[in-house]
Amino acid sequence: MTEINNRITVYFDGKAYEVPAELTIMTAMEYAGFRLVRGCGCRHGFCGACGAIYRIKGENKVHFALACQTQVQAEMHVATLPFFPLNRKKYELDALTPAPATMMHLFPEIFGCIGCKSCTKSCSRSLNVMQYIAYAKRNDLENCAHESFDCVACGICSARCPADISHALVGLLARRLKGKYLSAAASHNKARIEEIVKGEHDAPMTEVMGLSNEEIAQRYNAREIEA
Amino acid sequence: MNTSQTPARLSADEKKALLEKYHPDYQAASFTTLKVGANTGQKAPIELAEMLHSNSRIYGKSFDPDAPDYVADVLIIGGGGAGASAAIEAHHAGAKVLLVTKLRMGDANSMMAEGGIQAADKANDSPAQHYLDAFGGGHYAAKPELLKQLVMDGPQAIDWLSSLGVMFDKEADGTMITTHGGGTSRKRMHACADYTGAEITRVLRDEVHQLNIPVVEYTAAIELLLDENGNACGALLMNMLTEKYEIAHAKTVILATGGAGRMHYNGFPTSNHYGATADGLVLAYRAGAALLYQDALQYHPTGVAFPAQLFGALVTEKVRALGAGLFNAEGEAFVHPLETRDVVSAAIMAECKKGKGVLLDSEKNFSAVWLDAPNIDRVHGEGHIEKHIPGMLRMLMNYDIDIRKQPILVYPTLHYQNGGIDISPDGSTPKIPNLYVAGEAVGGIHGRNRLMGNSLLDIIVFGRLTGKNAAKKAREVSTGKPALQHVEAYAQALKEAGISTGVTSPKLLPAYTRSVNE
Repeated sequence: MTEINNRITVYFDGKAYEVPAELTIMTAMEYAGFRLVRGCGCRHGFCGACGAIYRIKGENKVHFALACQTQVQAEMHVATLPFFPLNRKKYELDALTPAPATMMHLFPEIFGCIGCKSCTKSCSRSLNVMQYIAYAKRNDLENCAHESFDCVACGICSARCPADISHALVGLLARRLKGKYLSAAASHNKARIEEIVKGEHDAPMTEVMGLSNEEIAQRYNAREIEA
Repeated sequence: MNTSQTPARLSADEKKALLEKYHPDYQAASFTTLKVGANTGQKAPIELAEMLHSNSRIYGKSFDPDAPDYVADVLIIGGGGAGASAAIEAHHAGAKVLLVTKLRMGDANSMMAEGGIQAADKANDSPAQHYLDAFGGGHYAAKPELLKQLVMDGPQAIDWLSSLGVMFDKEADGTMITTHGGGTSRKRMHACADYTGAEITRVLRDEVHQLNIPVVEYTAAIELLLDENGNACGALLMNMLTEKYEIAHAKTVILATGGAGRMHYNGFPTSNHYGATADGLVLAYRAGAALLYQDALQYHPTGVAFPAQLFGALVTEKVRALGAGLFNAEGEAFVHPLETRDVVSAAIMAECKKGKGVLLDSEKNFSAVWLDAPNIDRVHGEGHIEKHIPGMLRMLMNYDIDIRKQPILVYPTLHYQNGGIDISPDGSTPKIPNLYVAGEAVGGIHGRNRLMGNSLLDIIVFGRLTGKNAAKKAREVSTGKPALQHVEAYAQALKEAGISTGVTSPKLLPAYTRSVNE
């Protein structure tokens, strides 16, 4: 008897609570009376603060999710993972190169990956984590960066990994290397900065700032909008 | 976009009429008058005024503010994009930096900014054009010198982020892929898919850690410390987990505490972070700082209206920039989707008030409108949604709404505090020496309405600026004896004004926990 008037029973740390069925795991915890400080961040799926692990009673499969993005289900047994210690490596990005040695030296543990796919299976964002670790191993930074792009660093994969990999940090390094070294520089951006430094935009700026509110309103309302 | 279905842009008079009739900023019932402090006699949102009319949680308690747990040159309060940028620059300027943040490093609205960051760096664009768009979009109320700083430093901000390894969307030759935002006259929105803020914030956070800058997490500032001359010289902190008080001393202080969406002004849902409760405004105001445009709030036009689990979550403006229109229940396009945010929000609220919305809750008389996301793939080809707005696709797919095929039900959500603490062009507060402010806690950069993509820009530009300036100032100042006397003085002023709210401030977190014994 778990569904009474759209209320269901869920378990937080093994203890039962009756909650409205439309809530998320996070709002259900608040409904149950918990005041969240840990395990609650942006509440919209971007920050990775609210990793959650659950089983539906009687089923063997373990599920992984973000508490803020996941609706409760009847007989859901939830454990939260507000924090998991990742092994942050120290580097100066300016002193690194995108060569294979970089990833190899900073994250040698990725070569200990046994291909068990626990990371991919446990990703709260359904990313192919093992694939981006595989890309990192062969220093395919471009693909590692893209494959890991939606990672919110909830840390669940690292909690599950038998090789003790800090996956989120591997992806982060790949993306920083890609952003800094593998993408061509934006020449239009460099050109504009040079113009600004030379003072070429000072006069136009002074001119627009010198307009009366009436004049600037007129210019604003009549401005041409790029198609 | 099916242009035959896109309404013409409104004239200045039409916009004015729409805003005055439907935008909450223009409704007297949303506001009350401040009775103490630097902005006495001005209006403020009721929920903010209550905090400003309340005493400190430490009023009446005794402390020895002269016995510090932390000592730094520059104390930065807030671990979002502005705080991180300030920390990096202050560190490079040679200052001993301490960053404290209420939850975790990177827990901030910065992390949730989706659509993009503006900068006038294309050939057909210029800082002056950027200025014109932002000044007009902000109703000619921006402080000109602040806005000038924002637009002139824009291209450099992009270059700085690129040098730190932020992965901007680019063509193979390095050209930034840029789009429009509401109210822009040039396509100057740079993006990292629809994770722009997340990508920027996680890179800045990593850089702060790589530089070994001390970060104290789960630690809120609950009062500023002032010396006998009224100079800012540290803060009283509170561990959010244990509620233990701690003292930080510094030569200069940077407030980068962010916004206020979790105050739920006017009862609106919010797209904001859990910790967005205007702490910095409360602390600075109590210490004597002035606010500017505290009555100007931004309702983002497209918050999720359905399903309930995502109520108020942001649907990035980029969805409209890429070609999704807004339609009422009868399938009529009722507003140009790229008017400024205040205008589009007012138009949606108008449509719903007129009974032309899609009724979602008859008891609460709550309606919403359609955002035609599938049009993006219709216009740009299959795969465009997946590539450019993967976050949106994932968020709604989680609830079986495939935005490649189904439109999204949306209604405005409380998104941004346009106003904030009044600052000088160097980022300092005119009334409190040695106190700087950066990011959403600042008022005046955007006037009374901010354009999309100018907030991610402002956290970088003013974060870096205050970091540099606060580090420089820290070398010059000598501070006196840190004290909390302004807390007593403020309590006295409240008493004299006959105000007693029965609560303390800042709130630090919203009260979402159900009272289980009632």
